[in-house]
Amino acid sequence: MLKIKNLNYSVEENSMKKDILKDINLTFEDNKLYVITGHNGSGKSTLLKIIMGIVQKSSGQIVLDGEDISNLSITERGRKGICYAFQQPVTFKGLKVKDLLDIAAGQNHNLSQMCDILSKVGLCAKDYINRFLDDKLSGGELKRIELAQALARGGKLNMFDEPEAGIDLWSFENLTSLFDNLKGGITIVVSHQKRILEIADEIILLSDGQVVMQGSGKKMLSLLDDKSCGRLRGN
Amino acid sequence: MDKIDRELLEKVAQLHKVPAGAFNIRKNGQAQMRQSTKEIEIVPKSSKSGIDIIIKKGVKNKSVHIPVIITLGGFKDLVYNDFYIGDDCDITIIAGCGIHNKTCQDSQHDGIHTFHVGKNSKVRYVEKHYGQGDGSGEKILNPITRVYMKENSQMDFESLQIGGVSSTIRKTYAKLKENCVLNIKENILTTETQYAKTYFKVKLMGKNSKCEVVSHSVAKDDSVQEFVSDVIGESECFAHVECDGILLDRARIVSTPKIDAINKNASLVHEAAIGKIAGEQLIKLMSLGLDQDQAEQVIIKGFLEN
Repeated sequence: MLKIKNLNYSVEENSMKKDILKDINLTFEDNKLYVITGHNGSGKSTLLKIIMGIVQKSSGQIVLDGEDISNLSITERGRKGICYAFQQPVTFKGLKVKDLLDIAAGQNHNLSQMCDILSKVGLCAKDYINRFLDDKLSGGELKRIELAQALARGGKLNMFDEPEAGIDLWSFENLTSLFDNLKGGITIVVSHQKRILEIADEIILLSDGQVVMQGSGKKMLSLLDDKSCGRLRGN
Repeated sequence: MDKIDRELLEKVAQLHKVPAGAFNIRKNGQAQMRQSTKEIEIVPKSSKSGIDIIIKKGVKNKSVHIPVIITLGGFKDLVYNDFYIGDDCDITIIAGCGIHNKTCQDSQHDGIHTFHVGKNSKVRYVEKHYGQGDGSGEKILNPITRVYMKENSQMDFESLQIGGVSSTIRKTYAKLKENCVLNIKENILTTETQYAKTYFKVKLMGKNSKCEVVSHSVAKDDSVQEFVSDVIGESECFAHVECDGILLDRARIVSTPKIDAINKNASLVHEAAIGKIAGEQLIKLMSLGLDQDQAEQVIIKGFLEN
């Protein structure tokens, strides 16, 4: 279980304090898929980055399975099973797809294990394991490999920042079955996409750095379809 | 051969035993072992130090090893090796030099290699440089490579400096005729106060000739590297020069490109990027459980080995 308690994050802009996240209190339970939605700039990605330790909170607590991880480094959080799939996948000159998958899993994979993982994101291992993770891969390919790393890692808290972006050719159905593969732990997805929202156990709506609504997927979807809420969602 | 000799030969030429096929092993300025085959002849020069390597027409899937090792402090070695590669060959040449210096006097190897690549031939040439030994004497390597390529030939040149070389100035000159392809891959690691300079001058003389230079360098501590490229397009041709450098600590890398399209149909490109390891790369690997040092090592290893 992940608990976010009284989380605040602010930055200084032109000598003025700007609040990005305001008093966030959330509980994420195991074996559930959460989708955080909201318009651009509502603080969705920042919240994931704070949970991963990439961005430092201003105040508040992050508690994973009863342990306060608020002051742990990115590495320590990674080793505790927190995994973050970047919105913009990082490229490396000289590192291959296989290298990143091996690092993610903490072990060397054989071809059949690579096949298992990459086929779940719609890629053929033979064609990809020795490709360099550089800008010769398309945005969609990089995005799928980013998702594959989360599968290889098998963490207890998996976070995906707009996973559907750039994977048009690959069906949403596959993306949803990918989330099924992560069942058992907590899955948090940042997304605007209705088809992703439709598979959520819980939906959290952020607006202007605050949680404005949250609830079960079904209930929230009908509320979000309402025009006024749709505006908050970024429709 | 003693333990140090074997260690150096393994580092620079991956030799664990006497190689099959043609080879010449040079130690402290003298030929230690040499073997010719009926297809590849190795002949010592009579007028100066060095060998001629003569590869007959049509020889395919063969290799030649010509590593050099120096284990004496204060020893300066100058050698001229000329390669005559016949037409229609497909061959791999493994060169390289390892210096072990535990004295306070400098050791130096200057290898002047000239390649005459026959028509339709394909050559893979690997040159690996390495220094070791804890003496204050420098380990200096100044190779010069000259390449003359006949029509439709291809040369893949891998130049690797894997550490321990105090100072190096490496110069490469190439002339390409019609439909020739020259691929140069250079990976250099410098540490402490080491200095490495590379200079490439490539003349694309023939129509449809191509040249690709990819340089990956990592400079640590107070080391300095310079990269100078000079590509001249004299015909309808293509060249792409890429210089990427990673800086750590107080190190410095200077890249100087020159591209000269004498022929208006020449297409010449130069790209250079020098800087520290991108923060997002470190963050990505740390989020997968590596600490910062491990992440840096993974990035540098991949960058230098590929």
